Amino acid sequence: MSVDLSQFIPSFLEESFEGLELMESSLLNLEQGDDETINSIFRAAHSIKGGAGTFGFNGVTEFTHLVETLLDEMRDGRRSIEQNDVEILLESVDCMRLLIEAIRDETECDSNKINETSILLEHTLAFDDNATSDTDTNTNVDENSANDTADALSKWQITFIPEHHLVQTGNDPLFLFNALADLGELILVANCKELPALNDIDAEELYLSWQLTLSTKASETDIREVFEWVEDECQLTVTKEETTDKVASEESEAMVETSNEPIINEPVNSKPEPQISSAIAADKNSSIPVPEKAAANKAKNDLGSIRVGVDKVDSLINLVGELVITQSMLSELGNDFDLSKVEKLNSGLEELLQNTKELQESVMRIRMLPISFAFNRFPRLVHDLSKKTGKEIELVLKGEQTELDKTVMEQIGDPLVHLVRNAVDHGIEPAEARIAAGKSQKGTITLNAYHQGGSIVIEINDDGGGINRQAVFDKALEKGIVDENTTLTDTQVFDLIFEPGFSTAKELSDISGRGVGMDVVKKNIQSLGGRIQVESEPGVGSTFRVNLPLTLAILDGQLVRVGSEIYIIPLITIVESLQPQKDLINRVSGDMVLYRLREDNVPVIPIYSLFNIASEFKDVESSLLVVVEDDGQKIGLMVDDLLAQQQVVIKSLNDNYQQVEGISGATILGDGSVAMILDISGIISMAHKKSEMVQKHKNNMQFKATQQISEGASF
Amino acid sequence: MTKVLVVDDSNSIRDMVSFTLKSAGYETAEAKDGQDGLNKAKSAAFDLVISDVNMPNMDGIELCQELRKLPNFKFTPILMLTTESSGDMKMRGKAAGATGWLVKPFNPEKLLATIKRVVR
Repeated sequence: MSVDLSQFIPSFLEESFEGLELMESSLLNLEQGDDETINSIFRAAHSIKGGAGTFGFNGVTEFTHLVETLLDEMRDGRRSIEQNDVEILLESVDCMRLLIEAIRDETECDSNKINETSILLEHTLAFDDNATSDTDTNTNVDENSANDTADALSKWQITFIPEHHLVQTGNDPLFLFNALADLGELILVANCKELPALNDIDAEELYLSWQLTLSTKASETDIREVFEWVEDECQLTVTKEETTDKVASEESEAMVETSNEPIINEPVNSKPEPQISSAIAADKNSSIPVPEKAAANKAKNDLGSIRVGVDKVDSLINLVGELVITQSMLSELGNDFDLSKVEKLNSGLEELLQNTKELQESVMRIRMLPISFAFNRFPRLVHDLSKKTGKEIELVLKGEQTELDKTVMEQIGDPLVHLVRNAVDHGIEPAEARIAAGKSQKGTITLNAYHQGGSIVIEINDDGGGINRQAVFDKALEKGIVDENTTLTDTQVFDLIFEPGFSTAKELSDISGRGVGMDVVKKNIQSLGGRIQVESEPGVGSTFRVNLPLTLAILDGQLVRVGSEIYIIPLITIVESLQPQKDLINRVSGDMVLYRLREDNVPVIPIYSLFNIASEFKDVESSLLVVVEDDGQKIGLMVDDLLAQQQVVIKSLNDNYQQVEGISGATILGDGSVAMILDISGIISMAHKKSEMVQKHKNNMQFKATQQISEGASF
Repeated sequence: MTKVLVVDDSNSIRDMVSFTLKSAGYETAEAKDGQDGLNKAKSAAFDLVISDVNMPNMDGIELCQELRKLPNFKFTPILMLTTESSGDMKMRGKAAGATGWLVKPFNPEKLLATIKRVVR
């Protein structure tokens, strides 16, 4: 029978990537004599090799075999753990990853790198070559001889004298004989000479021996293979009878009669047509041919999977159970309802609310993964970078268990890599400079993650020289981003590094000067609904703080009403909501209105005119203003009324309708109606397009506003 | 029905062995390492144990030794799933009381053919 195992390939791949990650992080922490760590690295390599062999991914198997051999030598203490070897192993992990990724993506991988590394591995192994791959040659020889002679039917005489304790190893001669009978026609004769008197019999011992006659097409190797597991616990002779079938069968009958005290004489399950046993068939192609087409489809349909802890699933089931109870309680109430039961109804609804909330949280929790998934790559990255730059750097990871939505996690990876590269390259000073500044030679980069309100904060901190305020300002001047006379706060100066085309590095290094600037980092973070801030102190270091929403699927929203429409403003963007005071309203030319909010002039955007709908109030004084902020720019949204705050599930407008400027999505409210979620940054850019024209007529604006416009124009 | 306990720390190998056995009509239980396997063995009877050697917490050899101490597992066939077909490995397995060994790479047809030597 053939068993199709290709369905297990995705889980093998997933497991392999996990194994590689484990290998990598363990290698980075590997110290002399740390048996547990080296064992776990070995196990990971071993599993990958085993799985790859099963699926016939020979490239992976061969390569991993070398890695495993090296690890095995380290594990046995035959080889001490040298930094050099660790580097080679790290390279090897990269190669294995390339190989496995190539399998996943069904592409060819860069064989140069693989070849180079395997030569390196072989070279390393050759220094101390004790017992590398003798086992492989062994099995090959076996396989060859097994395939040699599987032709004519021949007769074999087998003497099988097991040792008395054979059954205590879990072996049972009966099954062995059954397996032999699968090979051909079997006649067996038991010999009970050794059987002691009943009183002396030990029930756990085996006293019998057997003489077997087998007519089969199978080779001696095949026959001996059946006894593979017992060969050390028995005397076994296998001899071929050089006679024709007919004579042989007569002889065997004769032998049965003459043999010593024959008490059993039965053919065991003999089959009329001896087939080539599946064992031999399997030997011929020791790897399973993977149906390529099926695998291809699978890889393409793979939308990514999440491994979920059983506890999370259990809590879901538990909650659904409670939901069902509440539901049945409510429907019972509804069957026979009168006003006296209002209180009961209320408490039922209360419970429903509670259940739903918990259910929602649990479902969200399924998408949540510890941020260690994103952090895991950094030890290796910093290790490599520190080698490349010659800077000694220690990486400290904190809050690795902080959970984050899978999608957010996937998209925050690259920006974080950039920030860490940046910290190594620009943050940490060279050793001489550090010593001169009275700091320890070794620089420290700290990655920290924690929850704050409804968002997650990721901090990338270095204890380097800090951002050179003057250099940033000069550069900005040179690029024409600021003009000479402006005075900026530190934060404003540091924010300049997120401007497009901004780089203070005197010369571009291949580490962080890759043409992808901090502006891209900022954009990526903003597209996730997050923001980034910098703090820096000369000589002490810098901290980049990334704020991200926990999830992209649910949003805390403020419901507002304009006319008969309800809109949702993301709560995170709201600075304050206020009733406008008449004397703070400034009308500038055109129909542009600015509201004086402390030191800021906030442009007022009437939502009714933005979306061209009817509203209750047309003038600023009688409306309410919701001041929102995005990317450091504030605007006031003019609305008729403020309603409740609630969590809303975001539905994509693109999927259901089409992209609309100023709207980021929609949601369905409790009463079933659809409400639009306002896209604040979109609205701000719409507003600036409009105000830009207005500004042309106005020259005496203060810097703040000018800056806003230039930023707004770059959207 | 013949019940097989499959012990391996690799999810995919465990799934594959289990799947292969089930498709041939065996009943299976799975354990993720030696300790887990031992616990499962104590709470249920099995006709066959197939175990990986290299595992965290408790390796296959130790599992084998522990199982042989249990009255229920005195005669139960225990097969080691190993990539190392060297004599040394076999001796260690044998010394611990293993019945036999299955050499990786894991091959479903071969698995089904060879376990017939120890179970129905």
